[in-house]
Amino acid sequence: MLLIHCPWCGPREQTEFSCGGEARSARPADTDTLTDQAWGDYLFMRRNPRGRCLEQWVHAHGCRRWFNVERDTVTYRITRVYKAGDEPPGGDS
Amino acid sequence: MNRYSLRSLVRNARNRHEGWQAAWRNPDPKREYDVVIVGGGAHGLATAYYLAKEHGVTNVAVLEKGWIGGGNTGRNTTIIRSNYLSDDATHLYEKSMQLWQGLAQDLNFNVMFSQRGVLNLGHTLQEMRDITRRVGANRLNGVDGEVLTAAQVKAIVPIINTAPDARYPILGASLQRRGGVARHDAVAWGYARGADARGVDVVQNCEVTGIRRDGAQVVGVETRRGFIKAKKVGVVAAGHSSVLAAMLDLRLPIVSRPLQALVSEPIKPVLHTVVMSNAVHGYISQSDKGELVIGGGVDAYAGYGQRGSFSVIEATLAAIVELFPTLSRVRMNRQWGGIVDVCPDACPIIGLTPVKGLYFNCGWGTGGFKATPGSGWVFAHTIARDRPHELNAAFSLDRFFTGRLIDEHGAAGVAH
Repeated sequence: MLLIHCPWCGPREQTEFSCGGEARSARPADTDTLTDQAWGDYLFMRRNPRGRCLEQWVHAHGCRRWFNVERDTVTYRITRVYKAGDEPPGGDS
Repeated sequence: MNRYSLRSLVRNARNRHEGWQAAWRNPDPKREYDVVIVGGGAHGLATAYYLAKEHGVTNVAVLEKGWIGGGNTGRNTTIIRSNYLSDDATHLYEKSMQLWQGLAQDLNFNVMFSQRGVLNLGHTLQEMRDITRRVGANRLNGVDGEVLTAAQVKAIVPIINTAPDARYPILGASLQRRGGVARHDAVAWGYARGADARGVDVVQNCEVTGIRRDGAQVVGVETRRGFIKAKKVGVVAAGHSSVLAAMLDLRLPIVSRPLQALVSEPIKPVLHTVVMSNAVHGYISQSDKGELVIGGGVDAYAGYGQRGSFSVIEATLAAIVELFPTLSRVRMNRQWGGIVDVCPDACPIIGLTPVKGLYFNCGWGTGGFKATPGSGWVFAHTIARDRPHELNAAFSLDRFFTGRLIDEHGAAGVAH
């Protein structure tokens, strides 16, 4: 069970949230000219890191707002929470 | 290899059972192999076994970072069935089912394969329509299946609650009589012993830390026990597939998630078949020791920690008690998690990669155990011939770029 600090509502149980997968995955803008390879990369390919992971979560049963979470996928410890659109703290590695 | 038989049992009994050999050697890795398999779960061991048996490739090592079968092979609920919906998936899992049916004899090792039948319950009219469609598709593909009414389900499983006023009433089920369970550890041990007897080195405590290539050609693997040269490398690393792919800057369409299972205290026989439910999301069977073996859904987030959320355990047990109110006071003895490699279409990736001589077998997600023999069989073919078998041709990584996905998510009678 994770305790997630929603940037707007404060600490809440993970069951109030939905995980939207990895952050830093912007939808390509030039969709008319996109190759199949680039579409496949965007739609399906994932970093799926072991360790530090940047994710997007939504407070589905709360304020219903999206935000970003920095979490370790081995210890499950959440190290940072930052608002959607903000730069990830500590760099984009 | 000591062949197991009634005669060998009698002969060893005369020596107070002190003459049994170890089931497989525990060799140090050689410096070079024709094929290195990364991952000593049952899929990897089966791959090595069929490489030796079907293709005569015996200069093979299976490298396991822990102990064999210590990962997902020993962490699942051992359900075996082949009642998938799409033709591609059905053919693959049915190949596996046919291998299961002769596996104990083939391996000379009792894998305790028990064809006790698998029920997939339907709780809504739409679910019953889907079940009817899937059973029809199964039978057209030569896979056995029957559609049962709630009364027929009750006759098979007397402790199930088929009351019409249940919150999610049971309207019927599909039944695959050839489905069942097997002993997961025995599957790993049997394949390890069989592969070892044919000359394969099963190397434990040998974590792969890098995959070395020369241009577009794989040349070997870096391990905790030094560099091992290999002409071909097959990666069968389940939840850690993305980690291995990242060593070569490859990305996979996989998310690793914790999937939990539980066993209860042993109780007297109450359930002689496998019961699965999509709607309430739980599945259950009873082991030969009397424990109830219970599983449910994956966690909502990615994780490599081999443990999951309490909320998932709660939801799973709520589902089981919904189906079997009489089990509400049974205590759970143990609970654990495995890291499953979930693909967007809930189907595996078995095939070639952009790197020559490197092959991946991953993405089995929540349902890999049942596929163990077939997975090893087609992967061995793919590695030996450097091209997929027709059974796994559709399961290429390429399908995520062409768009030809094999959509089994939610279609396969599975509680995914």
